[in-house]
Amino acid sequence: MSYNPRPKITHPKLPKNKRGLTARDYEGTVSTLCAGCGHDSITAAIIQAVFELDLEPHMLAKMSGIGCSSKTPAYFVSQSHGFNSVHGRMPSVTTGANAANRDLTYIGVSGDGDSLSIGMGQFAHVIRRNLDMCYIIENNGVYGLTKGQYSASADVGSTGKKGPANRQMPIDPVSTAIGLGATYIARSFSGDKQQLVPLIKGALTHKGFSLLDVISPCVTFNDHEGSTKSYAHTRQFYQHVIDADFIPPAEEIKAAYDEGSAMPVEMHDGSKIVFRKVNKEYDPTSRAAAFSFLRDSVNAGEIITGLLYIDAESSDMHDLSGSVDTPLSKIPYEELNPGKATLEKLMDRYR
Amino acid sequence: MSEINDVVIKIATVNGTGSASANGLLMKAIFRMGVPVVGKNYFPSNIQGLPTWYEVRVTKDGFQSRSDRVDVMVAMNSQTYSRDMNELASGGWLIYDSTWPRSRLLNREDITVLGVPLSKMCNEHFDGARARILMKNIAYVGVLAALLEIDLVVITKLLEETFASKKLLVASNIEAIRLGYDYAKENFSCPLPVKIEPMDKTKDHIIIDGNTAAGLGCVYAGATVGAWYPITPSTSLMDAYKSFCKQYRMDSDTGGKKFCIVQAEDELAAIGVVLGATWNGARAFTPTSGPGISLMGEFIGFAYYAEVPAVIFDVQRTGPSTGMPTRTQQCDFLTCAYSSHGDTKHVLMFPANPEECFYMAVKAFDLADSLQTPVLVLSDLDIGMNDWMCPDLKWDDDYQPDKGKVLTAEDLDSMETFHRYLDSDGDGIPYRTLPGEHPKGSYFTRGSGHNRYGGYTEDSAEYQEVVDRLLVKWETARSIVPRPAIEYSKFNSTAILSVGSCDGAVKEALIRLKEKSIGLNYCRVKAFPFNDDVKDFIDKHERIYVIEQNRDAQLRSLLILDAEVNPEKLVALLHYDGMSINAKFVIQKVEEEVAKGRAA
Repeated sequence: MSYNPRPKITHPKLPKNKRGLTARDYEGTVSTLCAGCGHDSITAAIIQAVFELDLEPHMLAKMSGIGCSSKTPAYFVSQSHGFNSVHGRMPSVTTGANAANRDLTYIGVSGDGDSLSIGMGQFAHVIRRNLDMCYIIENNGVYGLTKGQYSASADVGSTGKKGPANRQMPIDPVSTAIGLGATYIARSFSGDKQQLVPLIKGALTHKGFSLLDVISPCVTFNDHEGSTKSYAHTRQFYQHVIDADFIPPAEEIKAAYDEGSAMPVEMHDGSKIVFRKVNKEYDPTSRAAAFSFLRDSVNAGEIITGLLYIDAESSDMHDLSGSVDTPLSKIPYEELNPGKATLEKLMDRYR
Repeated sequence: MSEINDVVIKIATVNGTGSASANGLLMKAIFRMGVPVVGKNYFPSNIQGLPTWYEVRVTKDGFQSRSDRVDVMVAMNSQTYSRDMNELASGGWLIYDSTWPRSRLLNREDITVLGVPLSKMCNEHFDGARARILMKNIAYVGVLAALLEIDLVVITKLLEETFASKKLLVASNIEAIRLGYDYAKENFSCPLPVKIEPMDKTKDHIIIDGNTAAGLGCVYAGATVGAWYPITPSTSLMDAYKSFCKQYRMDSDTGGKKFCIVQAEDELAAIGVVLGATWNGARAFTPTSGPGISLMGEFIGFAYYAEVPAVIFDVQRTGPSTGMPTRTQQCDFLTCAYSSHGDTKHVLMFPANPEECFYMAVKAFDLADSLQTPVLVLSDLDIGMNDWMCPDLKWDDDYQPDKGKVLTAEDLDSMETFHRYLDSDGDGIPYRTLPGEHPKGSYFTRGSGHNRYGGYTEDSAEYQEVVDRLLVKWETARSIVPRPAIEYSKFNSTAILSVGSCDGAVKEALIRLKEKSIGLNYCRVKAFPFNDDVKDFIDKHERIYVIEQNRDAQLRSLLILDAEVNPEKLVALLHYDGMSINAKFVIQKVEEEVAKGRAA
């Protein structure tokens, strides 16, 4: 985690968003990850997305666990609170944070080890709760900080830098999330910022749990020939299925789309996500279709990307629980405490 | 045997047969006659079909622990009949269901056996298998009412209150009471020499279990987020919190809940939820038991080092491992005090009864918020799940939660910069900010090495500065945690030091030991770290009997570790068979030690 602040150099002509902030105002400290790390590209995409969404920096909460990916919240939006928790447990902390204050926007950054091995249980259960958060897995198929062990997302046949090929089946976070009932599921590639930024914006805006699985090659331990999470491999087998454009609330859809291939979906805050289907057969609002399509693509060796499933009408944890609209942490104590007279009356129940 | 208001009734049944409500009725009826009672439930880790016992100790002196004898046994379970009969004190009375013949091989000449055809009577009067089983239980309460002279008017009123919305049940329950009562009146010489007479010693008192009281304390403390993974014997704490919240925390306009309960996937997640919520400024808690504490360890250490408040209730049960989930112990002192890897230590509180569970629950939130650290409230199964007679719980409407050093947006506006871990006040407690309050307040909460500004560090001096400052905070904690309860006379050079649910047994033993001319002072610790009052007390004595309910003398170890007491001064008297401690144990052990001392 970096302790080096970025030099604050701003150009007067840098574009400003509705908050009067430039994209530079959403930056964090300097990354200490390896040069060329896919994670840094994702960080840049997050900065771009929150800038374009006009988010107030202090209304964003950055959550993470442990690993290379989990360090990255230090590298974006310095004016947001960050919670770098323990390994694999970011989902529970975010659950509690959201339970206490539903007004903040939660972005969780995790990795394939953090989410699919040590944190698989919490990953599954935060989906079950449909917690209102954007959950990004920076997926490189390898443990970086401990120097190159396979992770649970490593593909069968993928080789490590040294040693034999992986023979265990991978856990695919996207298929897992579809099966578990996640309500916004996307996959992208750290090297494709154009696709990634609107997907992050959609995920941050979606009410309920949004999963973004981002293939993010590890330049040090998993970018060699034989790796299926290398830049070269990803670029070769990379398939856009559904591209999505994010349209903020009250802005008209101006872009022209081919008839039959464009499909706007309204989000709970009035913004829209417009799908552009590269594959016209694909229906991203059908969980069953998404699931079978994914299975077929895995068999074909393709890396399917884009917004793969969305249910814009889902109920999040607070809806399911029936919470009041006011964040629980903001309710005055006087409204929480039943008081002396009530206690005196209650005592009769125990006589 | 002839005593007024000093009798122990034990009821042996099979779990899952609905005997709990009959036993509760019995206990409450005696309580309403103004006579102090102690209720203990001994139950299996099972849903249905295994033996279970309920013991009601009627104690005119108001003692709080279980007794060491049984005067009246209601033997409703044929599986345990012989064991139950053997447990009865000489001269006692055994009541059994005489619908079926009992084995003549099982007999004792020194007891009186009273057969009541409970099943037969209930089968004749009630329809349906379930109703017959339930009414059989109510009928033995009727038998006891006749034998012990329990007021039928009181019983009737209790039934009317319990089934206020189900009038038909009132009638059938009263009928069952009468069946037992009338049979006893006609066939036995009522009342027995041991009987109950009205007193006025339960005024302004209630009967409540510790988990209910603690759950209520969480509501009064203003806790809004509760996270948990169900585990015996802590489950009823969250049940209570939920039920009080449904009563007192619903928004009258929208029907929305001003609380959020997360039933997590495991205890690791439960404590994670708590930390996320308190980080965001809510008061949050998790109830658990020993196995849950083991799982929470990593997060507890995180909260200590990153300085995030948390309230954890550990309703202790018998360990190690799964142990005996429905038996009691005080076996988590050490694991809670030093939970997690690295140099960590945590504030603990030790309630002795349900009343203290209520007040300490509130205090725990104040301490956690003001110290920005986890606070663990160590109750146990005996306190948490048994019904205790306590003074009415009271509330002061002037109470305001101590949220500790939290900077507001206005504070931050007027500040040049904010740094998370600076000790500006010299008490080791830094200022914190809440997310969403102000851009200037942002910081990165982390369990990795950090300096006093909150930045990441691997610098030795910067690292050490922060962990040393945590020791300053530890000393602040020592000065503000609850002080011990002390009974002191300068004539005694020997004392008992004890903790939590041992209190009732110790207090009763002190009275009886005094009658035998063994005078002892008494200190009951209420919190860890031990404040100076505890050290002073120990310093004033030559010899201290440390009485606790675990095998390894964990409280004694803590005294040596934290208060640096000379180990030779501390004699551990340990009770750890899973049953709650009683006065007889304390008296016997102290007398043994006194005898050893004389011999030496």
